[in-house]
Amino acid sequence: MNMRHIISILIENESGALSRVAGLFSARGYNIESLTVAPTEDPSLSRMTILTRGSDEVLEQITKQLNKLVDVVKVVDLSEAAHVERELMLIKVRATGKDREEMKRMADIFRGRIIDVTESTYVIELTGASAKLDSFIAALDAGLILETVRTGVCGIGRGDRVLKV
Amino acid sequence: MISGAEIVIRCLQEEKVECVFGYPGGSVLHIYDALFKQDQVKHVLVRHEQAAVHAADAYSRSSQKVGVALVTSGPGVTNTVTGIATAYMDSIPMVVITGQVPTQYIGQDAFQECDTVGITRPCVKHNFLVKDVNDLAVTLKKAFHIAGTGRPGPVVVDIPKDVTAQVCQFEYPKSIQMRSYNPVVKGHLGQIKKAVQMLQEAKRPIIYTGGGVILSDAAPQLTELAHKLNFPVTNTLMGLGAYPATDRQFVGMLGMHGTYEANNAMHYADVILAIGARFDDRVIGNPEHFGEEKRRVIHIDIDPSSISKRVKVDVPIVGSVADVLDEMLKLVAGGFTADPEVANWWKQIDEWRGRDSLRYKQDQLIMPQYVIEKLYEVTGGDAFITSDVGQHQMFAAQYYKFDKPRRWINSGGLGTMGVGLPYGMGVLLAHPGAPVACVTGEGSIQMCIQELSTCKQYGLPIKIINLNNGMLGMVRQWQEMFYSKRYSQSYVTSLPDFVKLAESYGHVGMRIERPEDVEPALRKAFTEHKDDLVFMDFIIDPAANVFPMVAAGKGLTEMILAEDL
Repeated sequence: MNMRHIISILIENESGALSRVAGLFSARGYNIESLTVAPTEDPSLSRMTILTRGSDEVLEQITKQLNKLVDVVKVVDLSEAAHVERELMLIKVRATGKDREEMKRMADIFRGRIIDVTESTYVIELTGASAKLDSFIAALDAGLILETVRTGVCGIGRGDRVLKV
Repeated sequence: MISGAEIVIRCLQEEKVECVFGYPGGSVLHIYDALFKQDQVKHVLVRHEQAAVHAADAYSRSSQKVGVALVTSGPGVTNTVTGIATAYMDSIPMVVITGQVPTQYIGQDAFQECDTVGITRPCVKHNFLVKDVNDLAVTLKKAFHIAGTGRPGPVVVDIPKDVTAQVCQFEYPKSIQMRSYNPVVKGHLGQIKKAVQMLQEAKRPIIYTGGGVILSDAAPQLTELAHKLNFPVTNTLMGLGAYPATDRQFVGMLGMHGTYEANNAMHYADVILAIGARFDDRVIGNPEHFGEEKRRVIHIDIDPSSISKRVKVDVPIVGSVADVLDEMLKLVAGGFTADPEVANWWKQIDEWRGRDSLRYKQDQLIMPQYVIEKLYEVTGGDAFITSDVGQHQMFAAQYYKFDKPRRWINSGGLGTMGVGLPYGMGVLLAHPGAPVACVTGEGSIQMCIQELSTCKQYGLPIKIINLNNGMLGMVRQWQEMFYSKRYSQSYVTSLPDFVKLAESYGHVGMRIERPEDVEPALRKAFTEHKDDLVFMDFIIDPAANVFPMVAAGKGLTEMILAEDL
């Protein structure tokens, strides 16, 4: 069974760290559905979130291989326990005539925010679980979507579950 | 204040590095200048950078020290990649210092520039680009630390030329702590107890060991444990010598060209004690076929990712083989009772042994197996044997009975043709005066033949055992068996006269064409020509094949034996 997993990694914030992780995934044939990375509150550490799919055996190998990378400090599979996940999307839509009002309404329904307005376009910012972003896209008339950009998933364990050095 | 170049040399001195294999060039000129001004670190000038890395690799394999190579940027680096990948696949500790163009030129497509860190990333344990001379000493300290601890491996340190010119205070850290790198050494005691319990319950046990035992210097512990348990032992290609091959409990190498008894014992065992081995495709054959037998597996390895990678493991033990075996020995000393049925298992193994699967017939033409057997006799089984890759490698592994670790030096994982001669150089630099034979073929030897010149310069008396069948033997064997004898590009024409070739480099050449000349020639090489490199060109039976053989995709017990043909 190829289950969806969110892998969180704390890694030394050094040049080339990202390519070590990305290279590992491509060299061993693991798939990456999304990857986000940015420094943490400690600037010497980056936190990376990788959304991947694989069987239990593959996931075991992924975490072991990641742990083997010399720059990797900690690895956790967030999906193993309670966690929250979010993704941010910016979507530019055509907003003219009757569609202008409709777009505003749709953004409100999905609790999105319009963050850029021109005579003919809106940019809507939407945050949530990936599935919510998918349904927002599905709810819009495809012809009106000009551009979308998504950050990929980031996640964090619930409660006392902390990923820290 | 000293320069970056001087820091590099001082670090090597601090690490007690006695020998560096390398080749100079533009971006490492400062380092070579610093090398010139001292005599603590010896430098061996090879003829091609690939050989520098292979030699450093064998220096390490034969001595457990960290091997060191030094090359220039660009082509100097790209030439090392095969050697680095070879060491990586076999977990050999090595530090490769590479020159780089000055920092301000990086990314400008400068002369002899390449992305060293990028090119080597997939085949190193770790690599570094040093951008500031103040980081140089600590980076080299880290490199040696990472290379030699945990599951060992090659580490590349890329140093731009300007960094070697800049000056700073030199202070070499005594020890190093890295929050991201802390390999587990001690095995979990609960797991070790569980393992010993499982071994007591075993009715058909086998001890299956690999290169990890040698890397961990745990051959004495392995031998002691095996003797206490009285269980059969098999070694992988990389593990030969970790257990004495002449011991009654040794059932031979297993795998694609393993013995009949080793492969059957592995397949039908009810408990496998795997130590520093990784169940790779050349060892267990078809994994589905292997999975058909019900068995329990105990696996000791320092690298958690080697455990349950190809075969599901019941008792994983992460730790250094030596430490875990020490603990296991303590538990066994407290009382160990093997299951009485093990006696029947031994009867079964002896029956398999009776097939004598390594039997061959020495007739008119020289058989390669015969040459190796005579080599074993003449050297008293105590030589360092390096090999290249192909049929000759398998013959050497099957017929030279290694009783000691670090005597069998070959490329197991990557299977790199051309390593044999530079491997011989590395061994001799680590063990001056030791008997060293390089078992090779006319295909492999030509891949690094230029090193005959290095051997002359440094007086390295390797005995080259060239098993010459005029064919890329292993390729030909597969083509004969699986491609209806369509010998596509496996015939080597226009071979040089190896005797004259050796002589032109200032060495001794011999051609041996008759079986009765094999032993006298070998004796002559190892006595009269003890201090010479002798290139022995054995003209062997071109039809000789390696058996037993597990064809690709077949199960471990589905062996083709010589007697079947």
